[in-house]
Amino acid sequence: MTDSTAAAAPVAAANPLRRRQSTFGRLMRHRLFVSGLVLLGLMVLMAIFADLLATHNPVQVRARFRFRPPSFDNFFGTDNFGRDIYTRVVYGARLSISIGFAVVLLTAIAGTAIGLISGYVRRLDNFLMRIMDALMAFPTIILALALSAALGPSAFNIVVALSVVYTPRVARVVRASVLVVREADYVHAAQAVGASNLRIMIEHILPNSMAPLVVQLSFVFAYAVIAEAVLSFLGVGPPPPTPSWGSIIAEGKDYIREAAWITLFPGIAIAMTVLGLNLLGDGLRDVLDPRMNVDNR
Amino acid sequence: MTAGRNLVEVENLVKHFPIRKGFFSSRITGYVQAVDDISFTVARGETLGLVGESGCGKSTTGRLLIRLLDPTSGRIMLNGADLAHIPADELRTKRRDVQIIFQDPFSSLNPRKTVEGIIAEPLIVHRIGTKAERQARVAELLKLVGLAPDHARRYPHEFSGGQRQRIGIARALALNPKFIVCDEPVSALDVSIQAQIINLMRDLQRDLGLTYLFISHNLAVVRHIADRVAVMYLGKIVEMTDKNALYENPKHPYTQALLSAIPIANPDRKRQRVVLTGDVPSPMAPPKGCRFNTRCPVAVQRCREIEPPLVDTGSGHQVACHLVTP
Repeated sequence: MTDSTAAAAPVAAANPLRRRQSTFGRLMRHRLFVSGLVLLGLMVLMAIFADLLATHNPVQVRARFRFRPPSFDNFFGTDNFGRDIYTRVVYGARLSISIGFAVVLLTAIAGTAIGLISGYVRRLDNFLMRIMDALMAFPTIILALALSAALGPSAFNIVVALSVVYTPRVARVVRASVLVVREADYVHAAQAVGASNLRIMIEHILPNSMAPLVVQLSFVFAYAVIAEAVLSFLGVGPPPPTPSWGSIIAEGKDYIREAAWITLFPGIAIAMTVLGLNLLGDGLRDVLDPRMNVDNR
Repeated sequence: MTAGRNLVEVENLVKHFPIRKGFFSSRITGYVQAVDDISFTVARGETLGLVGESGCGKSTTGRLLIRLLDPTSGRIMLNGADLAHIPADELRTKRRDVQIIFQDPFSSLNPRKTVEGIIAEPLIVHRIGTKAERQARVAELLKLVGLAPDHARRYPHEFSGGQRQRIGIARALALNPKFIVCDEPVSALDVSIQAQIINLMRDLQRDLGLTYLFISHNLAVVRHIADRVAVMYLGKIVEMTDKNALYENPKHPYTQALLSAIPIANPDRKRQRVVLTGDVPSPMAPPKGCRFNTRCPVAVQRCREIEPPLVDTGSGHQVACHLVTP
């Protein structure tokens, strides 16, 4: 062989510009991403260790202690039944975060499957995407409200309803990147050796279509947290006295002038969680999507 | 299996892409006539160059030959079997014999797979060998294309364009194919690297007895590697002959124009330029008669009415032009 460059050993070192550092490293240097991660991490820890963090029983009614303002006994005050708001917010995190996770998991599976099939098997594309369009054409909250009202009030049914509502978003994003990746020459190369469609979809198309999916899922998580609160506020969530951020706000709204702390603290919890998720999503998008090449902020 | 002189025989190959309009009905409103009734043969161990400008159907022809696309009609005979009309399961095994090398070394390798994963994939798909045997085969292939066996664990982004093209060649060779379609394999590379890759491909052809269809728009590269050359224009082959006859005695006005456009590295030497005017007509509505008549400097009335067939003008020099074969 006549050339020397090809056999030269340290190839990676010869090409320092292509990828300066790993994706993980770039994420860790992205300040917004790290702030989001910390914020969400705190919420997740709160949900996991709710039993340790709680100071009272979240559902115990104590008529003597109604409408106590925030104090050392009751960090966030008490509500109209004398229940400790702090404890209820901590347990509410458990519900909100697990519903969010479950919705993310279900939409990821369903959305990826539908998007992948829709983008790769062109005959099914029109059929599947028109169904997705129909679901998207509904206002999300109205659809989720109708679904959970029909299924009955429970956490599981909220997960089902929200997954149905948010799957189309994920499916569209996955389909869009599948449509790009399927035309790559490495897919043609796999077809040329006779690889099965299933193999091509799983080995070649899926791993290269994941970046926008991850970003989208972080936003789905945020939407799910808000939507769960909205549904609980509207009364189709898990039945009382189960603490949920939405239902705490719903119960406190009548006393908002006299006892603002009832609604304030679960509201802050929702805002922090959603903010954290959005920062996380923005960070992921900045790092994973080369078209939005924004430097670390 | 017949051991004829020709490995590949293409007969009356046609590819029309339908143009669909409408939302539900998918009405077909026309066809892009990408490849329109072409026939050619490639002898064992030879390289057929396929040249033409963008959009003339040369890449489509290559993709039809390896059955990435389904032909509209026509026959693709490989070793006596018609690739265009065999059942899907037989096609899968036949695919071992025909492989492709792509133009863009950056999109032809899956960025999420290691070099070993990429080169071994054809073996995995065809269930050849154990894991250890496949690893050995990958190392052997890497050596064959001038890379080191320890490159197997790296990812494509760690390599330069020329090295990536070598990986693409190694993948194409994994199944010991007989016939390789090279779809502009050096057009995306630096000129200095082009020569290395071309020479590698020639060495491999000699050592492994490969047969190439070499698609390119670069006439100088084709002259270097091809034994025979076919010139395509708007979905048709207009001239096909052995290399020397084509470059020294081009007969079709289009070939003459193409060759006169090759730069000569000598500023003092005057050359007769045939400058074509106008654009290539749309392949959706190719002109009546000879497809080249709208831009041909010597077209006569007959060229606008009757399509000239590809005729042998002696010693295998085929030309499709009324003025050459009256």
